[in-house]
Amino acid sequence: MARRPVEPFLWLLFSAGGVLSALLIPALLFLFGVAFPLGWMSPPDHGRLTAVLGHPVTRVVLLGLCVLALFHWAHRFRYALHHGLQLRHLERAISLACYGGALAGSAVAGYLLLSAW
Amino acid sequence: MADHITLRVTRYRPESDTEPVAQEYEIPLRKEWSVLDGLNHIKDHLDGTLSYRWSCRMGVCGSCGMTVNSEPKLTCATFLEDYAPGPVRVEPLSNFPVVRDLVVDIGDFMRKLPQVRPWLIRSEQEPPAEGEYPQLPAERAEYEQFSMCINCMLCYAACPVYGLDQEFLGPAAIALAQRYNLDSRDQGASERMDVLSAAEGIWACTFVGECSAVCPKDVDPAGAIQRYKFTAAMESLRSFLLPRGA
Amino acid sequence: MSEKVHYTRFHPRWYRPRVPVFWWLRRRSYLLFVLRELSSVWVAWSVVFLLLLVNAVAQGPERYGRFLAWSAAPGMVLLNVVALCFVLLHAVTWLFTLSPHAMAVRLRGRRLPPAVIGVGNLVAWMLASALVALLVLG
Repeated sequence: MARRPVEPFLWLLFSAGGVLSALLIPALLFLFGVAFPLGWMSPPDHGRLTAVLGHPVTRVVLLGLCVLALFHWAHRFRYALHHGLQLRHLERAISLACYGGALAGSAVAGYLLLSAW
Repeated sequence: MADHITLRVTRYRPESDTEPVAQEYEIPLRKEWSVLDGLNHIKDHLDGTLSYRWSCRMGVCGSCGMTVNSEPKLTCATFLEDYAPGPVRVEPLSNFPVVRDLVVDIGDFMRKLPQVRPWLIRSEQEPPAEGEYPQLPAERAEYEQFSMCINCMLCYAACPVYGLDQEFLGPAAIALAQRYNLDSRDQGASERMDVLSAAEGIWACTFVGECSAVCPKDVDPAGAIQRYKFTAAMESLRSFLLPRGA
Repeated sequence: MSEKVHYTRFHPRWYRPRVPVFWWLRRRSYLLFVLRELSSVWVAWSVVFLLLLVNAVAQGPERYGRFLAWSAAPGMVLLNVVALCFVLLHAVTWLFTLSPHAMAVRLRGRRLPPAVIGVGNLVAWMLASALVALLVLG
């Protein structure tokens, strides 16, 4: 029996990311990825977005969304490679790449949303 | 309605075959006949060498599980009429080694089941003289769904994770552990935790959900596993924040 | 965890097929499962896209204008339409099929049926989307 004490914590991050990204990403991606580019709606001007993003609560919520959504990706993608492509022998490399990628992405998100603003 | 239907049955005779081959039998199609009745007709009238398991014919014993047209089914509860005009493919349960024809080796499940200690555990047994352990209807409702499991192993046949990794504890064993964990009379949750929260326990499951979809008793093993993941995660969080076990 | 299967005189040869690499193409439900898992890649892409947007806004109106033009290129729109489909698959499966079965929500000591949790999730999703639209569109 292999005990992996980090597994419960990775699962909690995965679940929290799943909830947050399900609630928030469809609307955000619909607006900025489809509706504005196709001209269905006119995009907000720069001043409006600066005002919304200028509020620290917005940026902290966005940071939480980014970090948790990235860990959500890492966890799911790890299992997708593990089971979908039967890459069991590469388990360590896959875990390292997935969670390492999520950590790196979180650092970038933290920089963009907190330090660089 | 045609009065005959073809059963395409997988045969595997280890003394002569290197891999399974399909054999077709034409049997009468009767309204009240299940797939198991069809197999019994073959055994009694057409080919006595066909091997398969069955017992109760009423969806309780869980021994007649087979793959019918690619779906894991209890053959006693699957009616030929629903597959007319046929042919109907009858294969052994997936994910288990085939012993002969439609008979699979269930030893792996039988070895896993006792590991989760599927019985009531008391820290201190009270003598019978002191009376029974009472339970409210609401407490009974907590675990009743999980107690319906008949160990038919259709969930193991439907689970791709078990197919890929035989070390996985699997849906029915975990659901049965939850059946006792959620029982108000049981005190053994901590004894079951080590086996359940190992890497080959709940954490191997990716919530494909097919175990619950094929379950003939609506046990919902997938739900049981996800709920236990939450319990185990909270327990880990608690022991992480309060390392002294306060 | 389990003991290995031992061959005996009476069972000389078990037949044990190998699981093919593309096992998830054999059943519709397995294919849907793999697509659901792959939606996570598009969730990650959405994060990257949002961070690029935030970065552009932080750099000033001119960079924001360039971001809007870049995101309107046909290739980008196509990419984001695909991403939106997968993100919607994630949201629908997560909110309506997965979490209602995974959560045991109690109200006055009784467990709520999965359908009720699904309705609750739908309301939460609508509110969150309305909040996003309100903040962005004003």
